[in-house]
Amino acid sequence: MIPIDFEYYRPSTIIKAVQLYQDLTGNQKQTIFYGGGTEIISRARMNEISPNAVIDLKNIPECNVLKKDTETITIGATVSLTQIADSAVFPLLTNVARSIAFRTARNKITIGGNLTGDIIYREALLPFLLTESEAVIAGREGTRQVVISGNGIKLNEGEFIVQLVTNNKFAQYRHINHKTTKQSKVNYPIVSIASILVDDQIRVAFSGVCAYPFRLNQIEEALNDVTNSPGKRIQAAIDLLPAPILHDAQASSEYREFVLKQALQQLLDNFEGVS
Amino acid sequence: MIQNMQAGQLISLAINDQVKEAYVRNSDTLLYTLREQFGLVGAKPGCNNGDCGSCTVLVDGIPINSCHILSVEAVGHKITTIEGLTDSTIQQAFIGNWAIQCGYCTPGYILNIYALIQTYPDADDAMINEWLESNICRCTGYQEIKEAVKNTLIARKINE
Ligand SMILES: Cc1cc2nc3c(=O)[nH]c(=O)nc-3n(C[C@H](O)[C@H](O)[C@H](O)COP(=O)(O)OP(=O)(O)OC[C@H]3O[C@@H](n4cnc5c(N)ncnc54)[C@H](O)[C@@H]3O)c2cc1C
Ligand code: FES
Ligand code: FES
Repeated sequence: MIPIDFEYYRPSTIIKAVQLYQDLTGNQKQTIFYGGGTEIISRARMNEISPNAVIDLKNIPECNVLKKDTETITIGATVSLTQIADSAVFPLLTNVARSIAFRTARNKITIGGNLTGDIIYREALLPFLLTESEAVIAGREGTRQVVISGNGIKLNEGEFIVQLVTNNKFAQYRHINHKTTKQSKVNYPIVSIASILVDDQIRVAFSGVCAYPFRLNQIEEALNDVTNSPGKRIQAAIDLLPAPILHDAQASSEYREFVLKQALQQLLDNFEGVS
Repeated sequence: MIQNMQAGQLISLAINDQVKEAYVRNSDTLLYTLREQFGLVGAKPGCNNGDCGSCTVLVDGIPINSCHILSVEAVGHKITTIEGLTDSTIQQAFIGNWAIQCGYCTPGYILNIYALIQTYPDADDAMINEWLESNICRCTGYQEIKEAVKNTLIARKINE
């Protein structure tokens, strides 16, 4: 049982959602946007968050789009991970989505929730980081479109993600993803990497390695430096990690580093036939 | 623009082909409302955290952990609980394959498997595994449950 009370709104347009947020926060009500609600329900139950109001985005038509046309792949923020896992519009994202949680949970978890939630893994971000994808974001100033890069999507107060837009060409490229978990197949990642080969250059993004998901140009340069041996390239990539390797109940940092090395070796083997 | 919204509201839910009304807190989960307001105790609280699948119900035919959906969120959707499942083929297969021991996980499994069979009557092993990953059973060895699913799929084909 959730020990707190909150107001619940389910607006049918982007404008109404933005306006509601302004009005509610103007009335000193701490307000959050609500996608699948799985993280919000769990955290509210554990008294970690106590919003006064939630704005459910699932009735906004733009947030429910899942389509591919000649130029772009468009995915609405409230599309569930199952819908993505069952669709062929963006194959790398399909594979990554399928590795997150398990099917019944994926039926409820939304892509927007995964990309913005407080749980540090945000694995569905990885394919977007690799593909110069853009996020359509709505807020008081209207809608804006930003490239998803570095370690994710930065939202200003009162903004929410409406859609993710990816150039169609990326659906064709060779790609692989790898996820190691502690015990069962279904769990948070010890190491999760997604990778795509663009013009013979490896692009790679990480989750579970550091305290946030990321993609870093320097790491890719090190991995693509074929003048070095695979072992040296992998070590150089690890030396360039942007933050300390996670060390927690799931895995020690030493074990994570070991798993990461294996995963990068597999990645090189796969793309380059190196062994 | 904001109506004078309270912390709770009177809602109508379409459950097992019946319309049921209740005054709920907006923060009540569907699991709570089903059990405490409607006496539909087939959905079992396990982890209350979306991890175990014992509270699974169908929302528009899709398995959803009822501990991870608000009652107000379910308005406008068709909810099926184990009490509303009239087709008992899977239950029979569970008995036939010794896939039931204490029974706590069973309603969640049955609804999940029912949805699988409705959605993918030709489900292969990989698909069955993917769907069954959503539920935890602390008594059986899982293999019995998998056999029950496979036998139900085969029986359906024979009867077609
Ligand atoms: C059983 C289980 C297993 C999991 N396993 C994994 C895993 O393996 N890997 C992984 O990466 N994650 C995993 N997760 C975490 C899950 O992906 C996140 O908790 C995610 O946030 C849940 O999505 P949701 O739609 O339910 O989010 P919600 O609970 O709706 O929201 C979460 C946060 O995101 C914000 N938000 C939601 N939608 C938007 C939007 N469109 N714009 C702006 N803000 C928004 C909310 O305000 C809130 O702060 C798991 C979760 C569960 C329940
Ligand atoms: S009680 Fe809902 S998933 Fe465990
Ligand atoms: S039969 Fe006891 S938990 Fe599954």
